[in-house]
Amino acid sequence: MALHVIAPSPGRALLGFKASLAAVNAFNRQLGYDRPAIDQFFTYMWQLCHGNFGYSYHLNQSVASLIIENAPHSMWLSGSSLVLSILIAIPLGIFQAVKRNSLADQSITAVAFTAYSMPQNFLGILLIGGLAISLHIFPFEASQSEKIVPYILAFRANFLPITTLTITAVAGYSRYMRSSALDALAQDYIKLARSKGLAERTVLRRHLFRNASLAMVTLIGLSIPALIGGNLIVEDLFNSHGLGLLFVNELGNDDFNTVIALTLLGGIATVLGNLAADVALTVADPRIRVA
Amino acid sequence: MSFTIGEISEELSPPVPEGGRVQGPRAGWKLAILSFIENKLAVVGAGIILFFVLFSFVGPLFYHTDQTNANVLNAYLPPGGGYPLGTDANGFDELGRIMKGGQAAIEIAFFASLIATIIGTLVGAVAGLLGGLVDATLMRIVDILLSLPLLFVVLIVADRYNNATVVSLSLIIGAFSWLVSARLVRGEVLSLRVRDFVLASRTMGATKRHLIYRHLIPNAIGVVIVNITFQVADAINLLAILGFLGYGLAYPNVSWGDMLSGALNYLQDGYWWCVYPVGFCLVALVMACNFVGDALRDTFDVRLRRR
Repeated sequence: MALHVIAPSPGRALLGFKASLAAVNAFNRQLGYDRPAIDQFFTYMWQLCHGNFGYSYHLNQSVASLIIENAPHSMWLSGSSLVLSILIAIPLGIFQAVKRNSLADQSITAVAFTAYSMPQNFLGILLIGGLAISLHIFPFEASQSEKIVPYILAFRANFLPITTLTITAVAGYSRYMRSSALDALAQDYIKLARSKGLAERTVLRRHLFRNASLAMVTLIGLSIPALIGGNLIVEDLFNSHGLGLLFVNELGNDDFNTVIALTLLGGIATVLGNLAADVALTVADPRIRVA
Repeated sequence: MSFTIGEISEELSPPVPEGGRVQGPRAGWKLAILSFIENKLAVVGAGIILFFVLFSFVGPLFYHTDQTNANVLNAYLPPGGGYPLGTDANGFDELGRIMKGGQAAIEIAFFASLIATIIGTLVGAVAGLLGGLVDATLMRIVDILLSLPLLFVVLIVADRYNNATVVSLSLIIGAFSWLVSARLVRGEVLSLRVRDFVLASRTMGATKRHLIYRHLIPNAIGVVIVNITFQVADAINLLAILGFLGYGLAYPNVSWGDMLSGALNYLQDGYWWCVYPVGFCLVALVMACNFVGDALRDTFDVRLRRR
């Protein structure tokens, strides 16, 4: 990996700048970091094929165990915010499409547009500034417990990080949802459902909701990398245990086994997310199966 | 036979060909500009962008501040007195600092999107035109790079270059954001290459180079321009995040993200003027870019990644 070539040597990074050259060299030789980069690369790939992510020489722990330790926290944050944002974005988009160009629609669009234009860290800062520091409603840090169960139960502490993630996601989704619902509203089957005398509620729930939600399936699959990246910012801002914070910390410590493993994990998650979205879309929409 | 005046003048005026007059080569652009101006949000957005360009580049000429020598005695002065927006932790005038950060943000976003657009357009055009193995290889590279989380990769590279400058950050951001425009241009080129005018040019023996520069890129330019505005917005946001995480510009340069990196501590201590004005500028500029991008997309009538 190119990173091996440009990174400072692991020995230097770990032993510090005061360590003697001999000590640094001995350390590197012991762990095999003095071999040619291409050689190291193939060793790494070989280990990777066997499910071995390498060893974090800064935290003195295997990367796999680090991931297992931190992943649940990240998954809880992104998972709950994903569910929340879907629950908010779909009804919101349908509402906007039905009441299109009304004052409510336009103000929701304006708010979503503003949130969409914000870097996530500033959104988080605004929330912390308003709700945590001025009003003292929520703590400004996420839950600090390393165990996952108390972490999940700490609703009040995790409210702000989850809200930040949710707002960003909803801002992204609701635009798509609105236009997809508008497209669906113009279709003949909606006209048919209305003309056979169905109540407007039933039309919306049975006919519009299902068809308009199809766009969301792809979108959720595509937003998985954004969720991972978003987690990085939010976890750093709220100092929450998780893969994102791990990445930022270990990047600062030149612990590149961990950094590369996490990047790789992000890549794998992206590919799997796209695959899952395609499969889910085929299940949800029989029209696609033919092709 | 007697002619009325109306009939004569009708005969004198040049005949209108079937299907309307042929418009000059610039007419399409005129129409585009007209429909752009009709969109009020777009004009507001363009105005905000213009304001920030003037504010950041011309502002310091009229509003002189010392942004290199720290003056700790003046740290954290609230707005008022000689400092319209107060001072920060090192006694730098906040308003002048925002101007300086704005320069960096605009320069980096501009260069980064320029780099990304040039690479993306060329890769997309070559892949789309040549097809076959070249296309497959280039697009698989794009796929692989797209599947890596952008922020992680950019952070890794940024971490390797500790003394970040405007040029290095533009290169880093530009080098990793050409993927989407490559895909868009390829899509356009795929539909353009089978059109008659391209076939005609080929029949006359045009080289591939000529086809790309003369026919394919000029016709795909709408997609490219629209994408530039979104790229600028994304680059400003990415820059803000990089700065916030501590990988921003090195002293004495500063970007808006760097100014926000201590935001939580500032807020806790009540130094709101170190946080909200910068953030407001950031959001306003990004929003303006998005407005302009949306309007341009409607103008060129292209379907893109965002609606």
